[in-house]
Amino acid sequence: MTELTLSKAIGTGLHRALAEDDRVVLLGEDIGTLGGVFRVTDGLLAEFGSDRVMDTPLAESAIIGTAVGLAFRGFRPVVEIQFDGFIYPGFDQIVAQVAKMHYRTGGKVRMPLTIRVPYGGGIGAVEHHSESPEAYFAHTAGLRVVTCSTPQDAHTMIRDAIACDDPVLFFEPKRRYWTKGDVDEDASYPLEKARVVVEGSDVTLLAYGPLVQTALDAAIAAGDEGISIEVIDLRSLSPLDYDTIEASVNKTGHVIITHEAAEFGGMGAELAAGITDRCFFRLEAAPQRVTGFDIPYPPARLEEHFLPDLDRILDAVDRVLGRTNSLTGWTK
Amino acid sequence: MQSTTAVIDRSAQAYPPAVVQIGVCMSTAVSAQRQQVALDFESGDVVQLLDPAGNRLADSHYDPLITDLTDDRLTALYEDLVIVRRIDTEATALQRQGELGLWPPMLGQEAAQVGSARALRSDDFVFSSYRENGVAYCRGVELVDLVRTWRGTAASGWDPYTVGMATPAVIIGAQTLHATGYAIGCKKDGVDSVAVAYFGDGATSEGDVSEAMVFAASFAAPVVFFCQNNHWAISEPVGLQAVRPIADRAPGFGIPSVRVDGNDVLAVTAVMREALKRAREGGGPTFIEAVTYRMGPHTTSDDPTRYVDPLQREEWAGRDPLARVEKYLELSDEVAAGIAQRADRVAAEFRAGCLELDDPEPLSLFDNVYATPHSGIARQRSRYSAYLEGFES
Ligand SMILES: Cc1ncc(C[n+]2csc(CCOP(=O)(O)OP(=O)(O)O)c2C)c(N)n1
Repeated sequence: MTELTLSKAIGTGLHRALAEDDRVVLLGEDIGTLGGVFRVTDGLLAEFGSDRVMDTPLAESAIIGTAVGLAFRGFRPVVEIQFDGFIYPGFDQIVAQVAKMHYRTGGKVRMPLTIRVPYGGGIGAVEHHSESPEAYFAHTAGLRVVTCSTPQDAHTMIRDAIACDDPVLFFEPKRRYWTKGDVDEDASYPLEKARVVVEGSDVTLLAYGPLVQTALDAAIAAGDEGISIEVIDLRSLSPLDYDTIEASVNKTGHVIITHEAAEFGGMGAELAAGITDRCFFRLEAAPQRVTGFDIPYPPARLEEHFLPDLDRILDAVDRVLGRTNSLTGWTK
Repeated sequence: MQSTTAVIDRSAQAYPPAVVQIGVCMSTAVSAQRQQVALDFESGDVVQLLDPAGNRLADSHYDPLITDLTDDRLTALYEDLVIVRRIDTEATALQRQGELGLWPPMLGQEAAQVGSARALRSDDFVFSSYRENGVAYCRGVELVDLVRTWRGTAASGWDPYTVGMATPAVIIGAQTLHATGYAIGCKKDGVDSVAVAYFGDGATSEGDVSEAMVFAASFAAPVVFFCQNNHWAISEPVGLQAVRPIADRAPGFGIPSVRVDGNDVLAVTAVMREALKRAREGGGPTFIEAVTYRMGPHTTSDDPTRYVDPLQREEWAGRDPLARVEKYLELSDEVAAGIAQRADRVAAEFRAGCLELDDPEPLSLFDNVYATPHSGIARQRSRYSAYLEGFES
């Protein structure tokens, strides 16, 4: 066990992947000499050289598109998109090429790309630097979408993502890059598996990425009021681990889903529908969502209002349990 | 179109074949970068009218374009250079003091920005990136409006229509298409206004910029592509984006191009005027590569010591855009003091305006998402409003 920050845990995962498989190549803007704007790839250029760790020209469509060509040639490209909001110039290559190649070629051509995306808000940034675009990709057949919330998962999941023969969108919760935790570099578990973070009996709280910590805080606060919350870190957004989710909801009968991305057409909508389908007779209330609003990510001085926080989650706890809300006086 | 051909010739002759061969693969392109930089000013393809020592160089092609720039007018341009540098340093200080979230310094690029922006008419329209605060100042943007987004209090700074300048595009290269479309619109409307796209050397790698050139050429759009080659895209040297001078790309699209000393306010003015004239007279687009240097960090969050060669930076410090005008004009102490005083006043006003910017109202979150009423937004707004009221009671 070593104590690492989440960003360093990804870095050591990348290091291990580069060392273990000489077909692994890294591509991205400023990932070499600078070590990435978040320093995730710090030191990798010096150790593995510019054939393996490539600073690319500034063009996301070209980065993804050339990674497709490298994958055709049997490489395992790991691409860094500098910030969430800059993935869109590469969107066409991802959804029209990366996602469909295996299907299109009848399984002849594999696309073992890993596309790393620092995502989410809470860092006081300017426009395009705080977005949560995961639902676009989860909506696209052929892509796996995962996200981590702890250094352990960051390390294990990035290595599994690289080893996976499908293309994986790997979302990194940038405001948690500096979170520290113990990492067992030899740990191994399936990439698709959700994790029960704390067990509880009254409400199932589904979170992922940056909001897992917020969900834990909410569970502790609710515990003080005698409400027992089970927090699940989804980890994989496509596919979803419904076995774990179903087991929890069948136990609690109440479910809250939280994410930073907008509510409309987001992961919460998919989860609410999937859970309703599977647990309809066990549900005691409609699933509640605590999400970003259906607006563009706002200026930094407003982001605390936009981002789901402890109070908004507790408010949803009251609503889902049919308790008079101490704040708003709402009942459900 | 005679001058067009002349301009193309300039850049076509610029680089010996040896340079082309250097950039065979990405990693060698990086090492080629330093050699290319050395060539910038030796190859003689860069328009320069005022050299770093303050010598005025005669140029039979460009001199006629700036006959009105007497010493008095040049002193006014110099004052702009001083003021925009002062604004820029003040903003960096404000960021260091925690008053701004971030700031992208333009230090070193003042002449490229002032020279080009002062050549514009008020009915021209600018589409820029985030570093063009000197351009914004020249367009008449209110000082406080320069920092609203960097302080995080607003989604953008100013009304594009009152100053003839769109608010900055942060998605690299996107604005070059907007400028092209705006220019096509000017042509359709039968007016002789021109659109200008400002962007960096890094931006030229984005597909949008190439596509903008395709459209501009096909529709003979009255647009000027003004590329500030400041040698860096965050940590990436220009040699990674282009293994030949960036200006060389445009002729392949059918667009005349020119390289200009971006630290020479006279030369920048001259080439910009030529491009604007061509656009107004129906001659279509021009591509200008202003060769300059980013003397500061990419933004206040950046640590350039990780990648900038101090010797290269030192070399460029010797080509400062303000120093050469000072040497040439030999201003009296009194005039210089007057300019410095006015710059200080601007900086003080700028700082005061910044400090007065308060956090926006929470419910303004829901403003301006749509131009017409939207039931989904209306519902979220009223629910969030009720939620906030819960905290008050
Ligand atoms: C589409 C996109 N990709 C990446 C970024 C991140 N980014 C911001 S500035 C920058 C470098 C831009 O360099 P250049 O175009 O040369 O302009 P300069 O910053 O030097 O003025 C990068 C990569 C972005 N803003 N937009």
